Amino acid sequence: MKIAIASGKGGTGKTTVATNLAHYLSEKEKVVLVDLDVEEPNSGLFIKGELLHSEDKFKMIPEWEKDQCTLCGLCQEVCNFHSIIKLGEQIMVFPELCHSCYACSELCPTNSLPMVPQKMGQLKHYEINNLSFIESRLDIGQEQAVPLIAQTHEYIDKNFPEDVIKLYDAPPGTSCPVIEAVKGVDFVILVTEPTPFGLHDLRLAVGTMKEIKKKYGVIVNRFGIGNDDVLDYCMEENIPVLAKIPNDRFIAELYSRGELIYEKVPEVKMQLNQIMDYIKGLKNGGTA
Amino acid sequence: MKEIVVISGKGGTGKTSITASFAYLGEEDIVVADCDVDAADMHLLMQPDFAYAEDFYSGLIAQIDQDICTRCGKCSDVCRFNAIPVINGQYIVEPLDCEGCGYCARVCPVDAISMNEQKVGQFYISKTKARNTMVHAELGFGADNSGKLVAKVKKESKRIAEETKKDFVVVDGSPGIGCPVVSSLSGADLVVLVTEATVAGFHDLKRVYELVKKFNIKACCMINKFDLNSEIEKEIKDFLQQENIIHVSSLPYDESFTKAMTNGQTIVEYDENNLKKILTESWEKIKQITKGVK
Repeated sequence: MKIAIASGKGGTGKTTVATNLAHYLSEKEKVVLVDLDVEEPNSGLFIKGELLHSEDKFKMIPEWEKDQCTLCGLCQEVCNFHSIIKLGEQIMVFPELCHSCYACSELCPTNSLPMVPQKMGQLKHYEINNLSFIESRLDIGQEQAVPLIAQTHEYIDKNFPEDVIKLYDAPPGTSCPVIEAVKGVDFVILVTEPTPFGLHDLRLAVGTMKEIKKKYGVIVNRFGIGNDDVLDYCMEENIPVLAKIPNDRFIAELYSRGELIYEKVPEVKMQLNQIMDYIKGLKNGGTA
Repeated sequence: MKEIVVISGKGGTGKTSITASFAYLGEEDIVVADCDVDAADMHLLMQPDFAYAEDFYSGLIAQIDQDICTRCGKCSDVCRFNAIPVINGQYIVEPLDCEGCGYCARVCPVDAISMNEQKVGQFYISKTKARNTMVHAELGFGADNSGKLVAKVKKESKRIAEETKKDFVVVDGSPGIGCPVVSSLSGADLVVLVTEATVAGFHDLKRVYELVKKFNIKACCMINKFDLNSEIEKEIKDFLQQENIIHVSSLPYDESFTKAMTNGQTIVEYDENNLKKILTESWEKIKQITKGVK
């Protein structure tokens, strides 16, 4: 069972839900938590475990070998991303723009652009009791999150083939990194807040989920602040509301220190139970 | 004309509420650009009139003409993104997987594959309630190339600011450290980093500042929700000092942020007291810092 925790707007509480839910679930069963917000991974601030394994992650980029090159310029012509430019007697590669499509390399008549690995980030695998926590972190200066997210999915599929609950903390927004993060998951939890920004970005997230045909439900965080528009919208659209996490300065303070909140706020534990029941229902064949 | 870009690394730090307050205070002296195209929210506070709208096309997607296709499978073999599976004996492009590299179209022996531009969003030029011009956009669902839309919003806002002889362009940047942020930062004169006094806020500030350093742009910082955690606030201030980042101001944890937003107002319209004072002083300070940047 793969569940992604996503949101249109940033800072609505994705990581809070993912880490608290994963930790709470792991009190009773095996859980895998994956931080796919590779640009700004924060789950590790709340989940501390023993480092089991760490590996660098690479993307493939072309490297110019000038000896056989005839400067025909085909590489520049075939690159749709402008990451190869012929400048006088030189071929210049801009790795940050390269999408690793291999066209330049494989179409080069003199094999002068072999693909070589370039480090783009790092994956770390931690264990605490029943909880396996995997975090991927993009190197500063790397612009594309998608290849690292894709490789992290591969790592999870390879190392955890068993059917346990896997929670994926997704990046914010609605563009390509989110699409890659929720690819292959069974259900998406959209975390929002009951404010105009929350509603606006929830609509975008819902539109995206419909576009890619995912099942989804909503968690309203900071419930009690703002207005009822988010709940009204969910009702109109028939979107299940899995939980409402109260607006509480004490929760914000716990969060600010990197602490889990369900152990100290009974209401949050109750809300997590509701989410767990919902997930169990999905797992047993129930639908949204 | 100088360009001020507001970014935060982490979402939910109050970046857009703060930027909209500056946009309100800047009145006719500025052009506003909403470059958080993935979750563009500033229009909810600035009430732009959407006077000019244009479709934005970017990125290519492969399309296979099944009448010409001989099912040789070369396209599927060369595609590194597994975007051309065989469905019912036909090679079909999965639009969400296609990166638009065009490799398939180049190797197709019968020219059955065309590369077509995609409409990825809408682009707008508006007048706002603060009587300034706002350039903004909305990205379509699951769209690629948000970096290019950001670049377009920035380019247009600069053009307008130059033509109408405005002093500043104020940019609401995107979260994260990836391509939309890189696009937001390029060409900026000053970066305003908005963070919050939480471990996550500080963690993300450090990462996004690493990126800012690569661009060699002068930076200043505002610490929101400073009273949530005074230890972290101190750690952030120490970090700012060590990195030579100007500390503009600290703002308290205050539900007026949400209440103003719920009213469709900027904070400086909603709050008559402390927050308005801090934000007005911050804006003046930021203008002074920006004027001093060579």
